[in-house]
Amino acid sequence: MRELICIVCPKGCHLKIDEEKDWSVTGNQCPRGAEYGKMELTHPTRVVTSTVRCIGGAHPRCPVKTDRAVPKEQIGAVMEALNQVTLTAPVRSGQVIVADICGTQADLIATRDIESNLQK
Amino acid sequence: MYDLIVIGGGPAGLAAACTAWEKGLRRILLVERERELGGILNQCIHNGFGLHHFKEELTGPEYAGRFIQKLRQTGVEVLLDTMVLDIAENRTVHMVGASTGYRIEQAKAIILAMGCRERPRGAIGIPGTRPAGIFTAGTAQRYVNIEGWLPGKRVVILGSGDIGLIMARRMTLEGAKVLACVELMPYSNGLNRNIVQCLSDYDIPLYLSHTVTEIRGKSRVEQVVIARVDETRTPIPGTEQVFDCDTLLLSVGLIPENELTRQAGIEMDGRTGGAVVCETMETSQPGVFACGNVVHVHDLVDFVTAESQRAGEAAARYVLSGQKAVPVLEVQAGNGVTYTVPQRIHPDQVEKACPLFLRVNQVYRERGLTLTCGEETLATFHRDHLAPGEMVQIVLTKALLERAAGTLTVSVQEAT
Repeated sequence: MRELICIVCPKGCHLKIDEEKDWSVTGNQCPRGAEYGKMELTHPTRVVTSTVRCIGGAHPRCPVKTDRAVPKEQIGAVMEALNQVTLTAPVRSGQVIVADICGTQADLIATRDIESNLQK
Repeated sequence: MYDLIVIGGGPAGLAAACTAWEKGLRRILLVERERELGGILNQCIHNGFGLHHFKEELTGPEYAGRFIQKLRQTGVEVLLDTMVLDIAENRTVHMVGASTGYRIEQAKAIILAMGCRERPRGAIGIPGTRPAGIFTAGTAQRYVNIEGWLPGKRVVILGSGDIGLIMARRMTLEGAKVLACVELMPYSNGLNRNIVQCLSDYDIPLYLSHTVTEIRGKSRVEQVVIARVDETRTPIPGTEQVFDCDTLLLSVGLIPENELTRQAGIEMDGRTGGAVVCETMETSQPGVFACGNVVHVHDLVDFVTAESQRAGEAAARYVLSGQKAVPVLEVQAGNGVTYTVPQRIHPDQVEKACPLFLRVNQVYRERGLTLTCGEETLATFHRDHLAPGEMVQIVLTKALLERAAGTLTVSVQEAT
């Protein structure tokens, strides 16, 4: 039996997971907790949020995220890959920055608009 | 003359202005001192926002972006880079801005949505030298996420509030080594999920019941000394540990930013650091409402949004239909409860129910929260888990409030 704190939402349910009964989860208040408990012990994943360089805009950095969770052991590789990116403003929230980043099947997307300096 | 002036363009001001527009106000002015709307959400690039309001997990800029888009579809007038200096008689607002100069505007209603700021080193009195390299966690967050600078390479974090935890992960991902997260209390004030995904994921140790006892360094931080504390939070000699580091981040609490509120003579609550409000978020001054972190520091932006929508709706009602004098009940924080918001309720103004927010003074398990009026217990709300870091919401129905004859008291039940 393993105990985990669910990180799916800010509630933070205290989960108990039974490895011997096909990772059955108790203590969860929603189905997403059951899924998380099993995933966390078999194949943990995280959404990566960071920033990439951006030129020609009101800000030097543009916030980004992976549009789905990536395997935990890939976080370092994703950070390395996004450090190589330079965007040019304007940028639109939701715009794909790197498709299928590091072969994770997740797209790296911008999470805000950055207007071009030139338009003003 | 404006119908409504909203002071602050963060999540509280945005939601309040949008709702006031939806409810029929047409001459609305929103004043923001930064150069863009969105407030602190712009630098909170991590995800986890919006699960209640949008039923999906957004980053801070995405959450702010949705409200900014919504605001753009209204006719709300926005003044950026403009600072409100004073709220004078008859809801006259004095402001100054780079493009507007000094401006005086009057409104039928005002919504205070100025948010909060971080407690700095001076507020907690850490002994030692005064070198560079000591930042509040939010300042470091701005440097990293907006400006693109890494403020240090070897980091100790004091305080385990959510911003501190988030920055532990953020600094690690950007290549810094976070040596320790140090918490004075025997429990963390941050969300459990942040302890897991920000500290445990990166093997960052959390020292509970510890504090920083000395900062060493001449021009830059060189060492930070921490020690265990006893039950009275006094450092225990002989338990010191020394960390070689160049940076100390402080995540030691937030203070509602109420200079304008105090200056305007509005009644304050010393426990929340915000104005005393009633169930419509109206302050002691008729027509002046307040919402979001300027009233009390929230855990989740979703709750700020909900509260601010109520303030926006109430301000619209105040302007369009005026206000009748109705009886008011005081709400008192009883045993185990640190504060409640609202602090006053007008039962006659409550349509079906009104939410009551509170914080408790320590960690409790399996307890009831009782609502009493004199000797009579009106209701008991059971909770599996209560902690000071988690804002509690109970819902007071109109039927319940109609049974109350005088002051209401909310308390944590004694252990049985």
